[in-house]
Amino acid sequence: MIAADVNVAQNVGFYIIAAIMVYAALRVVTTRNVVHAALWLVTVLGGVAAQYVLAAAEFVAVSQVMVYIGAVMVLFLFGIMLTRATIGAEGDLNNRNWAMGIPVAVALIGVMSWVIIDEYGSSTIAEPETAMPTEAISDIYLREGLVPFLALSFVLLAAAIGAIVLARKD
Amino acid sequence: MYAVNFLLLGAVMFGLGVFGVLARRNAVTVLMSIELILNAVNVNLIAFALMNNSAEGHVFALYVIAVAAAEVGVGLAMVLMIYRNRRSIALDELSTMRG
Repeated sequence: MIAADVNVAQNVGFYIIAAIMVYAALRVVTTRNVVHAALWLVTVLGGVAAQYVLAAAEFVAVSQVMVYIGAVMVLFLFGIMLTRATIGAEGDLNNRNWAMGIPVAVALIGVMSWVIIDEYGSSTIAEPETAMPTEAISDIYLREGLVPFLALSFVLLAAAIGAIVLARKD
Repeated sequence: MYAVNFLLLGAVMFGLGVFGVLARRNAVTVLMSIELILNAVNVNLIAFALMNNSAEGHVFALYVIAVAAAEVGVGLAMVLMIYRNRRSIALDELSTMRG
């Protein structure tokens, strides 16, 4: 039985993108090649941006594409190249006792899924009339969010200077 | 749109990220798993913003994106320094402080 305010096409799009994202996330944590892990991570991050568009969060989606796929992934690929990971399969990408992670992850996903389904199992989200206007986001940033926004710019400045100091050859 | 869709996707991404942090030995892949965890949190924030029809969730998600960018910059600089000093970024070999 489908509730009245469920858009079938939106759900189908969600499930297709979600299946691709879950498979890609699984490959990120299981592949034996560091470069492949980075490229699968690009797939996951692009899928997240597509889900933001489905959730009417267009400004965040564009920020996700520019910051993650544009900047963070380039940093990752530079990091991989500068640490001279062999291009090709590597046998020792995992810990000796990596299998301990499986029960932890399964228990975590199980408990969180149980709580989520228990709380939100039958509720639906009404389809928004329009996407969230960027003015609404900027109003929050420049009023009650102004102090954290300025603090965040100092965090970014400190991170940039710190990264230069750490990575510089003396 | 069902409310559980986004939340379950976030839970699965979070669990896979935690598995990556626990299982991986290469420091760069551990940082990638941390990115998975942060993105799972962002998916949840956007889902709650959609449920309550408010922009606060979007603002929080943008803060998280900015902090994640800073974290990756500093993290990779640290990995580079460790590589330069020890010729290895395998995390289980960094046992100098073991008692």
